[in-house]
Amino acid sequence: MNIEQIVFYFFAALTLISAFLVVNIQNLVRSIFLFFVTIFSLAVMFVFALADFIAVTQVVIYVGGVLVLMLFAFMLSNKELLSGLRDASESFKIGHFFGLFICLGLFILLYSAISSADIINLPWVKASHAIGQNDNTIYQIGIHTMTRYLLPFEVVSVFLLMALIGAAHLARKEKGS
Amino acid sequence: MIPLSHFMLISAALFCIGLYAVLTKRNAIQVLIGIEFMINAAILNFVAFGRLDKLAGGGQMFALFAIVLAAAGVAVALAIILNVYKHFKTINPEKIDSLKN
Repeated sequence: MNIEQIVFYFFAALTLISAFLVVNIQNLVRSIFLFFVTIFSLAVMFVFALADFIAVTQVVIYVGGVLVLMLFAFMLSNKELLSGLRDASESFKIGHFFGLFICLGLFILLYSAISSADIINLPWVKASHAIGQNDNTIYQIGIHTMTRYLLPFEVVSVFLLMALIGAAHLARKEKGS
Repeated sequence: MIPLSHFMLISAALFCIGLYAVLTKRNAIQVLIGIEFMINAAILNFVAFGRLDKLAGGGQMFALFAIVLAAAGVAVALAIILNVYKHFKTINPEKIDSLKN
């Protein structure tokens, strides 16, 4: 087991453990900060898939944008949340049980599908050109954005404009109040 | 080289954790975090398969687009959550049960 595998499986375990804690912890502020740990270790795994630009984008967008937005929304909507959490925790045990059942069933299904697929020996995987460790993927991404994937790029930019206008419209103050 | 199936197993586990959060949480922000986990599991699969796609670069490009879409979705969803809190004084999805009029 070399150092690459040790680091990868360490961060994989960190991802899954912190995601599990995000879902199960009682304190919501801690859960949002643990979400940052999950996102960061996911970015480390993107690096191991030789996608360094995606990893940097992940860290910048999620930590700079999403995490701050979530904390902001959480602080604005928190007044009786923590007191309401205690007394409601007893009456939804049966729902938790069914949710757990569905998720475990889905995971077992996915696990059996992945382990029986034998992905390494599929013909199109064998015929593909893998990215080498010395390839300049950022250069390639820049060229692809302006040539092959120009239409999705433009669609995404229009979509971002729509989301900006929509969020500003939703969050504006009413005229009367 | 990490084998491809290990990436897929991690993303499957992350997807199931996100699905559990969506199904059982009683706080709209935690449901949103669950949706983010599911999107990130999909992005991890995109990136893991994009390693095999040197010529077209489809996996990495669409991982970028998916990250952008997820961020835009979070912004709009949080605006909706704030409006819902202003109107209902709670963000428990089980108690928000009336439409306009």
